[in-house]
Amino acid sequence: MTQETLKPQEKKALIELLYQLADDDFLLSFRGSEWLGLAPHIEEDVAFSSISQDMMGHANLYYNLLEDLGEGEADRIAHLRTPDQFRNAIILEEVNGPGTYLKEPDYDWAFTVVRNYFYAVHKHIRLDSLRHSSYEPLAEAARKIMTEQYYHLMHWEIWFKQLMTSTDEATLRMTAAIQKVWKDFGGVLTLGPYYEEIVKANFIDDENVMKKRWNNKIEAVLKEVGASYPGEPRMERGNGRNGVHTEDLKQATATLSEVYATNPATGW
Amino acid sequence: MSELKSSMTDSVMDALGDVKDPEIASVSILDLGMVHEVDVTDDKVRISVLPTFSGCPALHIIERDIKKAIENVEGITSAEVKFVFTPSWTTDRITPEGRERLKEFGISPPPANHVMGEPWEIDCPYCGSTYVTMENIFGPTACRSILYCKSCKNPFEAMKPVADMG
Repeated sequence: MTQETLKPQEKKALIELLYQLADDDFLLSFRGSEWLGLAPHIEEDVAFSSISQDMMGHANLYYNLLEDLGEGEADRIAHLRTPDQFRNAIILEEVNGPGTYLKEPDYDWAFTVVRNYFYAVHKHIRLDSLRHSSYEPLAEAARKIMTEQYYHLMHWEIWFKQLMTSTDEATLRMTAAIQKVWKDFGGVLTLGPYYEEIVKANFIDDENVMKKRWNNKIEAVLKEVGASYPGEPRMERGNGRNGVHTEDLKQATATLSEVYATNPATGW
Repeated sequence: MSELKSSMTDSVMDALGDVKDPEIASVSILDLGMVHEVDVTDDKVRISVLPTFSGCPALHIIERDIKKAIENVEGITSAEVKFVFTPSWTTDRITPEGRERLKEFGISPPPANHVMGEPWEIDCPYCGSTYVTMENIFGPTACRSILYCKSCKNPFEAMKPVADMG
């Protein structure tokens, strides 16, 4: 399918899916960028900032696909929407921990590793499906993103397994982080209210199929590091795909868009 | 192709050879295999370019530099640059000259015909030794990694292999 051959209801579903893909990467890469200068060691600072930069690039690719579908300029889409227009999963907008980037950041590295690893596993599954998407521009973008995401997944998998099998304190912190992420990770695994139309048009695989792949992979990894599988991940604070969000999203978009919102003509 | 058009295309290609990667001063976008198609029609040029890494902040600079270089070619009045993703840019597209120039810059070129997931052999760009260690798979730019040569005791960088994953 191309832009010209999309039926109106298919176009609406595709736009919803693209917002989910774009906003997931956009918010998590912003949270990643807040770690710059604060990561556990300098090599991690280099790696994590590179990953965040790639992910911001992935969000940009999806925003450009939305621009091509008539949603307005990519920069405007990224910066000038209200929180209820965002479609990212709630767990991805959550702050890294107490404090702010500029004032007493007491960020939680275990939470960051768990959130990024779980997300990277799902992102890989999602891209593996998207590269066969019926919407050719999306399939092309996915094939490009996959080559970069490959390195991200490897990075987070190493951190996850090493910390899970490290000291007692590391295991305790990681276990607490898994419990925290588990409460809302279900939001990443859903395709939201347009689920049926999205799947019917073959834009991406059925969410239940992808959810099963994710659960199988995570269950196997948890077993490998001697942890128990907590059952299906939940969605306690609501579904971001419906535009439901927390105060953390407001803070994120306000910071992200400060320069652009002040003057869209400014270089940023 | 008329003779005039052919010589015009040659001039445009020459100009593109002078457009360098802003982050690797010795390597041109032709060396990197980033140029996909060049279409010269009368005094207008349309060129499609394959981005290396999607979040590369140098893309805007490259776009600007391409336009500037081509619009300086005699007989050309405008150039349109478009980034495309098909075919996908892979490190196999780097030319033999490009590979040599990367080494001059202290960057080990990626292995040819790399298969994602398979071990990746990296030689020191200075002494050619294979006795190297990976310090960080991520480096100062999205496309590079940081390594250390145990033979000549030099830190160096390597370009990450990128292959089509089908």
